Amino acid sequence: MADAATRERRPTRERRPAPERRRSVRGAKVGRAGVGRPGVVWALPGALFFVFFAVAPMVLVGALAFTDWDGIGTPSWTGMSNWSRLWDDPETHQAIWLSLILTVLTWVFQTPLALLLGVWAAGRQRNRAVLSAIFFLPLLGSSVALALVWKSLLDPNFGLIADIGPALGFADGDLLGSSKGAFGAILFVTAWQFIPLHTLIYQGGARAIPRSLYDAAAIDGAGTVRQFFSITLPQLRNTIVTSSVIMVVGALTFFDTVLILTKGGPGTDTTIVPYLMYKNGFQAFDLGYASAVATILVVVATTVSLLLVRLTGFAAMRSTREGM
Amino acid sequence: MTDVLHDHPDHSPNRPLNGVRTPNKTPAAPRPRLRRRGLPRANYPAGLGSLIWLGIVGLPLYVLVAATFQTRDGYIDDGPLALPDHPTLANYRRVLRSDFLSYLLNTALVTAVCAAIVITLSVTVGYTVVRARGRTSRRIFQIFLLGLAIPSQAVVIPVYLVITKLHLYDTLLAVILPTAAFSLPVSVLILVGTMRDIDEELYESMALDGASPTRVLLQLVVPLSRSGISTVGVMSALHAWNGFLFPLLLTQSKSNRLLTLGLYDYVGEFRVDTPALLTAVVLSIVPIFLVYLFARRQLISGLMGVGGK
Repeated sequence: MADAATRERRPTRERRPAPERRRSVRGAKVGRAGVGRPGVVWALPGALFFVFFAVAPMVLVGALAFTDWDGIGTPSWTGMSNWSRLWDDPETHQAIWLSLILTVLTWVFQTPLALLLGVWAAGRQRNRAVLSAIFFLPLLGSSVALALVWKSLLDPNFGLIADIGPALGFADGDLLGSSKGAFGAILFVTAWQFIPLHTLIYQGGARAIPRSLYDAAAIDGAGTVRQFFSITLPQLRNTIVTSSVIMVVGALTFFDTVLILTKGGPGTDTTIVPYLMYKNGFQAFDLGYASAVATILVVVATTVSLLLVRLTGFAAMRSTREGM
Repeated sequence: MTDVLHDHPDHSPNRPLNGVRTPNKTPAAPRPRLRRRGLPRANYPAGLGSLIWLGIVGLPLYVLVAATFQTRDGYIDDGPLALPDHPTLANYRRVLRSDFLSYLLNTALVTAVCAAIVITLSVTVGYTVVRARGRTSRRIFQIFLLGLAIPSQAVVIPVYLVITKLHLYDTLLAVILPTAAFSLPVSVLILVGTMRDIDEELYESMALDGASPTRVLLQLVVPLSRSGISTVGVMSALHAWNGFLFPLLLTQSKSNRLLTLGLYDYVGEFRVDTPALLTAVVLSIVPIFLVYLFARRQLISGLMGVGGK
């Protein structure tokens, strides 16, 4: 890699006349007559593939929401009927409500923990490095694998919960059999699974804070706590936004964990929006109605993510490191 | 396992601008200060908190591994926390004798093809976004940025429609195509970040030599983005390996079953034999764990890249 760089650079310096150099440095766009630049055709395979399997379906789901379709025949147009049903369906209202609560609680639960762990893990002490490597492990498993582990632990007969359940107020250990317990279990298991990811994001953010800020604060006599609130937290503002959006979109779309831990139950008390969509679409084969439910998800998730683009200058098209 | 977390998240060699982020390059913090371990003071409340978290993370992992060497009766009698009295490999034998290996093979195939598709497409898209002129390439990049927002759960119904219309339902390709598509936005983002940091002068000197876009891509861009490309490969592989929703909804027959779906089926097959079920879980994670051991830099920088870029 390195010798490729030197090999190319040396002849350039000798050969290139000065005026041309200035022109090309000012704006890459005005450089030489496009020699060696790829045409847009190069991006077409990737762009078309992505549009076909991801962007078009996003539009299509909105269209399917106005149809009646059993998954086998051809969807038939039904106008607003799915939407008026959605408007009146108490199960849908409950699902939207549960999804909102789950999303808010997920943020409240995960953000402080991930933030503290991430800042802690950003320290360069050896014990922190060792522990961080262990904390990272849940990220390796699929949500199915991790949910199965937790389902075993929460089994009222043979799981860990049989022993510690009484201390948590579940005398029979049947945590997953009670509405609040099952909801709490989903909140906890998804947090257990995803906090490592957010810890990692915060660790990266915390390491990017210039050391000199802390040195200056230390000279001014600021202690650890003061430094955390006056330097670390403000400096992590963009990281918090990014992590939060990933967290929120993630919480809106939890599915695997719900399917394995509770199947939306007891009753419909953990049937959040994605699970409701699955139930209507692929168990009842009412895919038109399920599309209407999915449309809500698309709109909410896209809105939240567009906020991310706005707030963090994601689309600024520049290397994040510039100006540092 | 430990040294990686000391590393800077952006370890790629071609980032000249980040001197500030690496303390031992900053004039304000010369090397000897970093060497002195006393500089960061011990933080006891944080240490205590981290030990509690170690328990929360470690306990389930301990149960997971310990149970796989436990007999079914031992697990039921002694509870999940007990160390196996008579460690046994019977669970591993039982799982491996089931269809596990066929699931594993299918998953490996899907993972490899997905990673290949994602690398090929994201490298060409990234190259175009960074180097092509004009509005269109910027528009294409914006499509991918917007695509970050599309949750696969929400569009799975139209994907199902498309797959059945293409007569791909219940094939491995039915899983591969959408899985690869949903890995693309993050991959493009990571590669655009890496490729932007390639020195403009290098492109110019190749242009002076009259190099074609293909040659620039293969001789300059690909070699200098190797770290980004391997990150994309590892990330898309992890995504494909752990995917569940597309296999669940787009395949049916046992011969096309993938690991995650297989695990879900084992719940019914093994019923109360929790040790056997957990053994299948462990076996499904082992390949990723190996990747973690050998490619942890790519994995970590990729996961940071998900949110960090």
